Amino acid sequence: MTLVVDVRHRLGTFSLDVSFESEGRLTALFGRSGSGKTSIVNLVAGLMRPDAGRIAVDGTVLVDTGRGIAVPRHRRRVGYVFQEGRLFPHLSVRRNLLYGRWFSTSRDKRIAVDQVVELLGLGHLLARGPAALSGGEKQRVAIGRALLSEPRLLLMDEPLASLDEQRKAEILPYIERLRDEMGIPVLYVSHALAEVARLASTVVLLAEGRVLAVGAPADVLGSSEIVPIVGPGEVGTVLEARVAALDVSFGLSSLETRAGPLIVPRVAAGIGSPVRVFIRASDVMLANQRPQGISALNVLAGRVVALTDESRTVVDVVLDCNGQRVLARITRRSAAAMKLAPDVPVFAIIKSVALEDGGRPQRG
Amino acid sequence: MSKQGIVLGLTEEELTAVRLSLRVALWATAASLPLGVLVALVLARGRFWGKSVLNGIVHLPLILPPVVTGYVLLLLFGRKGPVGAFLAEQFDIVFAFRWTGAALACAVMGFPLMVRAMRLSIEAVDQRLEQAAGTLGANPVWVFLTVTLPLSIPGIIAGMVLSFAKAMGEFGATITFVSNIPGETQTLPSAIYTFTQVPGGDAGAMRLTLISVVVSMGALLLSELMARQAERKLAAA
Repeated sequence: MTLVVDVRHRLGTFSLDVSFESEGRLTALFGRSGSGKTSIVNLVAGLMRPDAGRIAVDGTVLVDTGRGIAVPRHRRRVGYVFQEGRLFPHLSVRRNLLYGRWFSTSRDKRIAVDQVVELLGLGHLLARGPAALSGGEKQRVAIGRALLSEPRLLLMDEPLASLDEQRKAEILPYIERLRDEMGIPVLYVSHALAEVARLASTVVLLAEGRVLAVGAPADVLGSSEIVPIVGPGEVGTVLEARVAALDVSFGLSSLETRAGPLIVPRVAAGIGSPVRVFIRASDVMLANQRPQGISALNVLAGRVVALTDESRTVVDVVLDCNGQRVLARITRRSAAAMKLAPDVPVFAIIKSVALEDGGRPQRG
Repeated sequence: MSKQGIVLGLTEEELTAVRLSLRVALWATAASLPLGVLVALVLARGRFWGKSVLNGIVHLPLILPPVVTGYVLLLLFGRKGPVGAFLAEQFDIVFAFRWTGAALACAVMGFPLMVRAMRLSIEAVDQRLEQAAGTLGANPVWVFLTVTLPLSIPGIIAGMVLSFAKAMGEFGATITFVSNIPGETQTLPSAIYTFTQVPGGDAGAMRLTLISVVVSMGALLLSELMARQAERKLAAA
């Protein structure tokens, strides 16, 4: 599937001018609030009409101002999962789920109700009303409702933003299953790095209505362009890895990465599956010698490539671990004491427990 | 004196006025309902040139003296009026000096109240839900029927009751348009008025006044009940 977005739109003082193409199963629009993420999704859904431009999904043109085409929203077949759910308060969960099915023709019905109910774990909620659901349950119903309208593209606008960490952790596996099992491409809006690192197959990096970068998560999320967007505390490294072994007795998985082996809390993916690990720069400790007698399970050997002073206190150290770029954030005092400079050999130490949230598997 | 005693104590003439009033009020409410919902929707959601003019026209009967409204109706819908003559010739529908005319006068007088209540409740429906319905494949008509309408039911009930109550009490426009003919256009208020004009009519006026109070209160309580049930259903949903 190919999603082509090439639009210009003006909203008051904000101007949107973006152009990107994505073939990914889950394309993440990543940027701070106000960067134009939601506007793009609304343009794709037909809630807004662009001043100029073109949007197409798999060759089907949804908007082309040059040719005077603007498919009305009810004929676009894009399932939209809103940040706040927007379930119909006067309908039960079951009737919310089936709402879009009234309007899809029978030949479109590829997605079975039972399959969606099972995928999202909604069986016990069907008879309830939306008011009796928790935040996480509401979002699952909203996802199911969008899926059952037989969309050619699923739009998800920060579906987890209004949920606490526990609820997020509850929903993320459902979104992964959806991405891997339903065969419907997803356009996903988020400003949470861990979420994007975990879910995305393609990342579109946005700032102030412009595209800064498009590409694989490891490339885009590891680039320096990300710093002004995520803020200095959240920068890090995305590592592509493969599951090598499982240690059931301790609940740990061994991963192979270019930088070396990594031990992380148990991942659900099977042995041999590709997974993605996000290592926050501030979770990386550096040592001059290979440390002994420490609790941290991961020690990667490498050498310093560059040092960047972030403030009077903090310095970012870019390492090269066997050809893999790894970012570490330490105090300037430590950097001085260790006499860090380009080409100095160092060891990067990463606690396994620090890899719990952003380091979850990407299936497939 | 029990309530049943009052009903049984009515004369034939008084009973006729009560029955006629109920019929007029029910027809006035039912017939203006579709147009009322449509106008409320247009005023709540529409964006077009002349919206404030439409709003003004809808509200005219509320601010004009009822006699003026009745006289305008007489000019338009009377046998020789442009609309009245056309309807009589083409469809054999006559309003002048018939109970249908009373219903028309009541409908017109109650219309601003009906539209106002419905408009407020349609405006209160979250437009983001309507957008969501659109992305799920519902065209604007279906969005209205499956989302906007069910969610504004409490206000639509309130509008209907206001219109009904207004119709039960309408006097000025009705008597100007269709006069005060017992059995045809003599509604409750007209009958009360007639009683007050004749010596010894006090008892009849009092009985009809009590009925008027009971019917109006009943309608109000019933609407409260229905609106509360609708709201509870929405809240529980």
